[in-house]
Amino acid sequence: MTVARLLRWESMLALVLVFEFVLFSSLSPYFLNVDTLSDATFNFTERALIALPLALLIIAGEIDISVAAIIALASVAMGLAAAQGVGTPVLAAIGLGTGLAAGCVNGALVTLGRVPSIVATIGTMTLFRGAAYAVLGDRVMKDYPLSFATFGQGYVAGPISVELAIFVVFAIVFGLFLHRTRWGRAIFAIGANPTASRFAGVAVDRYRFALFALTGTFSGLAAVLLTSRLGSTRPSIAQGWELEIISMVILGGVSVWGGKGSIIGVVLAALVFGLVTFGLGLMNIPGIVMSIFTGALLILVVAIPAWVNRR
Amino acid sequence: MSIRALRGFTDAGRRDLAFAGLTLLLFAGVTLAFPAFATPRNLAGLLDDTAILIMLALGQMLVILVRGIDLSVAANLALCGMLAALFNRAYPGAGVLPAVLLATGAGTLLGATNGLLVWKLRLPPIVVTLGTMSVFRGVIYLLSKGAWVNENEMSRAFLAFPRGEFLGLSTLSWLAIGVAAIFFVALRGTRLARDLYAAGGNPEAATYSGIDAGRMQFIAYAICGAIAGLAGCLWVSRFAVAYTDIALGFELQVIAACLIGGVAIAGGIGSATGVVLGCLFIGIIRSSLPLVGISPFWQMFINGAVILVAVLLSARRRTATRPVLESRA
Repeated sequence: MTVARLLRWESMLALVLVFEFVLFSSLSPYFLNVDTLSDATFNFTERALIALPLALLIIAGEIDISVAAIIALASVAMGLAAAQGVGTPVLAAIGLGTGLAAGCVNGALVTLGRVPSIVATIGTMTLFRGAAYAVLGDRVMKDYPLSFATFGQGYVAGPISVELAIFVVFAIVFGLFLHRTRWGRAIFAIGANPTASRFAGVAVDRYRFALFALTGTFSGLAAVLLTSRLGSTRPSIAQGWELEIISMVILGGVSVWGGKGSIIGVVLAALVFGLVTFGLGLMNIPGIVMSIFTGALLILVVAIPAWVNRR
Repeated sequence: MSIRALRGFTDAGRRDLAFAGLTLLLFAGVTLAFPAFATPRNLAGLLDDTAILIMLALGQMLVILVRGIDLSVAANLALCGMLAALFNRAYPGAGVLPAVLLATGAGTLLGATNGLLVWKLRLPPIVVTLGTMSVFRGVIYLLSKGAWVNENEMSRAFLAFPRGEFLGLSTLSWLAIGVAAIFFVALRGTRLARDLYAAGGNPEAATYSGIDAGRMQFIAYAICGAIAGLAGCLWVSRFAVAYTDIALGFELQVIAACLIGGVAIAGGIGSATGVVLGCLFIGIIRSSLPLVGISPFWQMFINGAVILVAVLLSARRRTATRPVLESRA
């Protein structure tokens, strides 16, 4: 029953995606072009990379609102290191390490401090973003070495960017992890009923901590890619992304009550998001108008099943 | 009323007292180091700067009390502010009151929309308000066609409204004091308030005692929306500009003020005194940073640290919480 329902949700997303393709290619002659489409992927790869671990976290019944603030913190850390003349590999390690450390802080607050995750991460969001502002103020860091640009601006082969390749690989890894392993099943179990999972011998808090650390690390990874693509760091970097990324995950069919969701859904939602943004851009429609569409869609996604269940 | 809710009251009372002491201590410390801080003029300015935050945080508190959250308050504020500004531009001779009523009415409708979705369809509050937040912002753009409404397009009466002075305090400050006073009295003495606390403290028990918990959520969202609408009109006339992105991200500051003020995200616990103190605490820090010689860029970091300390302390004290977020499993 639930499987049939998930499948239906994902086929709906796929239909939306096909519809977008047809619509945009009929509206703009520039849309169906390999280079154009390759450019379009930059609209969502960084956000979608964070959506993957965040989906696991939400399926496990938690949430992380601090992801965008972690990007800012990691980006500032890299900016400071780059100003000292640190090389590219170390810079990337600093970005990932900052993300991991920030994720561990979230995990510790939720598991050891017993603070509800939404409150804990609103706090750390303010703290991390605040630290970025405290360190940088209104300055900009842009002493990045030339080779650092590879992550966000490089291509693996032909039109396939480094960012896209990284996303595809991790999407497959996360899909297999969540849907094919014992650990993935445990994550669903924790989200559906944490108490029962605990009695069934699942180390619930260890999973929660690990998922927060994972989400932090991927925020660090997104920080590396985004900073490399922009070539500069401002404390306002990735402002407001947290809500966009959460929207992406929910649009992908992950239940905010926990216990339900799939990686395919999240990937499709990311594609829908990216294409809409890009397509509207091609037609000179400002992104803010699209927010009406995404906002309404977000509510519809949860309202339709609720409406159907009521009858 | 349940025992739980009663204990919530006394717990909140004790916490408010401790927090009031802490706020006074902070105030005394800053004043000792910088006597200029405690001048009436400076304090009036502090209250004026904090007034909108106080109003919004009180509205948000009601929503959190009934286990909701309203991420759309800042977008609601911006939309109603734009409506007021456009109305004022179109009918500059109509005076201030129609603009204020229009903004407050529109805010109530927007809040009620959130409330209906949460009440009738039982949708998760965080998703509903995340969605309406985007929709509201987009609608502002459509209404204004992306343009700004500037100071020279606003009538003189409209601009003067929040700045009027009475007994040394601005109209804006008096409005905040008025809203806070209504909340203080109403939360202690009315049946509606008791029902709200009961619905947030234990919805099932509330249902058995004849309280419709969903309806309480609806009412809380509508009141929160009304306040956001009023605040929107005040914001636009105080800062003398209206555009799509005003108060962007302010919703999280408002929620932060509630958390610092001791409102439990699990619902059922919170007081008007605590929330006002939370806002003043933030306000004192904000206005004393330049005196102490710390860059204002530190404000956010300090807020974050205060939120975390506050929630860690209250998490230690809490015994039972909302089962969805329960982490004792």
